[in-house]
Amino acid sequence: MTMMKMTAAQVARKVIDNQPLFILDVRNHDAYEDWKIEGHNFEYLNIPYFELLDGVDNVLSKLPIDQDVLVVCAKEGSSIMVAEMIAEAGRNVFYLEGGMKSWSSYLEPIKVGDLRGGGELYQFVRLGKGCLSYMIISEGEAAIIDAVRFTDVFRNFAIEKNVDIKHVFDTHLHADHISGGRLIAEATGATYYLPQKDAEEVVFDYTAIEDALTVKIGAAQINVSALYSPGHTIGSTSFIIDGKYLLSGDILFIDSIGRPDLAGLAEDWVGDLRETLNIRYRELTEELIVLPSHFMNIDELNADGTIAKRLGHLFAENHGLNIESEEAFRHTVTDNLPPQPNAYQQIRQVNMGKISPNFDEQTEMEIGPNRCAVR
Amino acid sequence: MNSTKVLDVKGMSCPMPIVRTKKEMDTLSSGDILEVHATDQGALADMPAWANAAGHTIIKQKEDAEVLTFFIQKG
Repeated sequence: MTMMKMTAAQVARKVIDNQPLFILDVRNHDAYEDWKIEGHNFEYLNIPYFELLDGVDNVLSKLPIDQDVLVVCAKEGSSIMVAEMIAEAGRNVFYLEGGMKSWSSYLEPIKVGDLRGGGELYQFVRLGKGCLSYMIISEGEAAIIDAVRFTDVFRNFAIEKNVDIKHVFDTHLHADHISGGRLIAEATGATYYLPQKDAEEVVFDYTAIEDALTVKIGAAQINVSALYSPGHTIGSTSFIIDGKYLLSGDILFIDSIGRPDLAGLAEDWVGDLRETLNIRYRELTEELIVLPSHFMNIDELNADGTIAKRLGHLFAENHGLNIESEEAFRHTVTDNLPPQPNAYQQIRQVNMGKISPNFDEQTEMEIGPNRCAVR
Repeated sequence: MNSTKVLDVKGMSCPMPIVRTKKEMDTLSSGDILEVHATDQGALADMPAWANAAGHTIIKQKEDAEVLTFFIQKG
């Protein structure tokens, strides 16, 4: 029978549409345990490729015949080898083109909603890494917030929508992934904004984001307003778009809150984080739709694939917004923290412009989940 | 260290380093030591995991100018 390739985009569609898929992951056990393709209706079998060098006879009986079987490995080579063996044994099978490397880099743009007075807001969902980026477009202009490093995706999307990228923001200096913000700004002539308090060590020019800075997009003058919201980093800034959406960066997620330790100052920033969540955010209208810069779990996806919830809903449901005592809060965000994201210190250096790894090295740095939250 | 044999898989990408190592190992006798030179960073995790699963022992490994060297004793 035949071996066919499946692209990351096709897998993303299956995740969002809750379709079934059987994944034979042939990476080593540690890599699989650390990070895999998550889907609500996905089934998994993890057998490292190096245990299948003598044949796949023992595996065949474990593979379903009534649903798609996808062989996955880190970069694709091993999955092709294993899929070929399975196909030779008489079964139809897919391999993931580009492997987990390609899964980690795939972005699915999804429209969040229309803006008053004309315009649209898009969320770019990086399913493999849990990163979320945003593009606001209105009457020929665009602003991008928290762009990941695949700058072509944003630039091509802007071309497709016939808009010029005018403003590029990062809500903070990222530690889990490499920002594409500066490169997009350089290539398009857009202004690149960073919170000054996060940018003290950066080695390039940028425009400082001040609290309450408002930038207008397009002829309809869609407001993009900064709200200083420290805690994940000292400079962390949220954005309110069109009075309707709250882009919460890495401060507030759907089912968790930001961790304060990735820039090395957990103890110092606990108070800031609590004040942002309990005072600054409490002053906002509960009708705002929260759009974070990460998700941790596919249970956070809405039916259309977006990651978005009313602020009022989060005040009621999010554990991190419902910790009464300061002591308990401090305990939650400084003790029992999950492991830090892969290569997070190097990634911060890249985002400061201090080191310039090549594409493959960047891919290597970004392996694994984002791990920016505490719950 | 006295290697029984040296295998060069530099420049090869996954799965070839392990495929070639296994093939070579099959020609050796128990107790022999195979020295493998690889550049695929995936080998860093996969070579020990494979050796462990196959009953071999990595008695030494080092990293030098992007070349990974493994000394694997056949089980």
